[in-house]
Amino acid sequence: MLDRRDFVRQLLIDRGDLLVVSGLGSATYDVAAAGDHPLNLYLWGAMGGTAMIGLGLALAQPGRRVAVLTGDGDMLMGIGSLATIGVKQPSNLAIVVLDNAHYGETGMQPSHTRSGIDLVAVALACRFKQTRAVSRIEDAADIRKLLHTDEGPILVNARIKEEDVPRVLPLRDGHAIKQRFMDALNF
Amino acid sequence: MQTPANSETSWPDAIYRHFRRAGVRQVGYVPDAGHSRLITLCQNDPDIADVVLTTEEEGVGLVAGAALGGQRAALLMQSSGVGNCINMFSLLRNCGFGCVILVTMRGEFGEFNPWQVPMGAITEDVLRLARFLTYRIENPDDVDDIVGAGCDMAFDGNLQVAILLGQRLIGRKQWTR
Repeated sequence: MLDRRDFVRQLLIDRGDLLVVSGLGSATYDVAAAGDHPLNLYLWGAMGGTAMIGLGLALAQPGRRVAVLTGDGDMLMGIGSLATIGVKQPSNLAIVVLDNAHYGETGMQPSHTRSGIDLVAVALACRFKQTRAVSRIEDAADIRKLLHTDEGPILVNARIKEEDVPRVLPLRDGHAIKQRFMDALNF
Repeated sequence: MQTPANSETSWPDAIYRHFRRAGVRQVGYVPDAGHSRLITLCQNDPDIADVVLTTEEEGVGLVAGAALGGQRAALLMQSSGVGNCINMFSLLRNCGFGCVILVTMRGEFGEFNPWQVPMGAITEDVLRLARFLTYRIENPDDVDDIVGAGCDMAFDGNLQVAILLGQRLIGRKQWTR
């Protein structure tokens, strides 16, 4: 299984103009730990909404790649959004689920994926163009390439270790996070 | 009373004209009889991405993502859908995303289905508690003015605006099939 920090860091190497939306909790800390960037939209709440923010962004910026990095709990809460994304078929949107099969932020209670609920199968059923299930760090380079080049929508389920890692806390003021992101896109 | 079936130049058209004027590029909705004409107008517009949602709170994320990418988005929903959005509305408040929601009312004037009443009866209060600027339209003559003002406040002022379209405006749901 993957070391979440190492995996996310490798996904975001040489990221170019990749737009990144991170789901609340550990996914936001992982993205921050990989290196702060104005084109990171860190969520600290809005659980279940991460993928849809990615869709709105992908539709608004069809010339750019959008990567949503989030946890299994957030993705499960917004599971219907996979169907919504499947309808719109955004070719520039990729979702990476950092799946530790637990709710890390609340004390590591098991999530649905712990019982075998398969988000890759859900994404396939929702007409995602590319799906992957990965659990080896050797796959990180391929997944990074997938985020930058392949036709979406893409969903990657990354099985990460069930471990508590130190929190890396980025900007928390929503207005500041938003404004910095939009300034970087010259809006 | 106007109904969507006989209103070629009616309130949905007035709303659509303001979407065009304000440069709305994404519209999120859950299919709804009251909004059917407006939804069709948006679907037929190549400049507008129509995004059909499985549940209304998805639309809140959509609005935020669109704004981050430099586009304006509007949401269409029924009063019952407002209840689905409550926690997600905090995204708009926390980050200052402008938002305009057109809400077709159920559970009030002329409602035949009591199951619509509990949510419909508190929709306006709930929106106010969520700190939306909330306006209600009962008269077709008010649509142009209020929707125009609402779009300006949402998109130029980054404010959260909800416009309730009363059942006296949209017509009672016909239950003839």
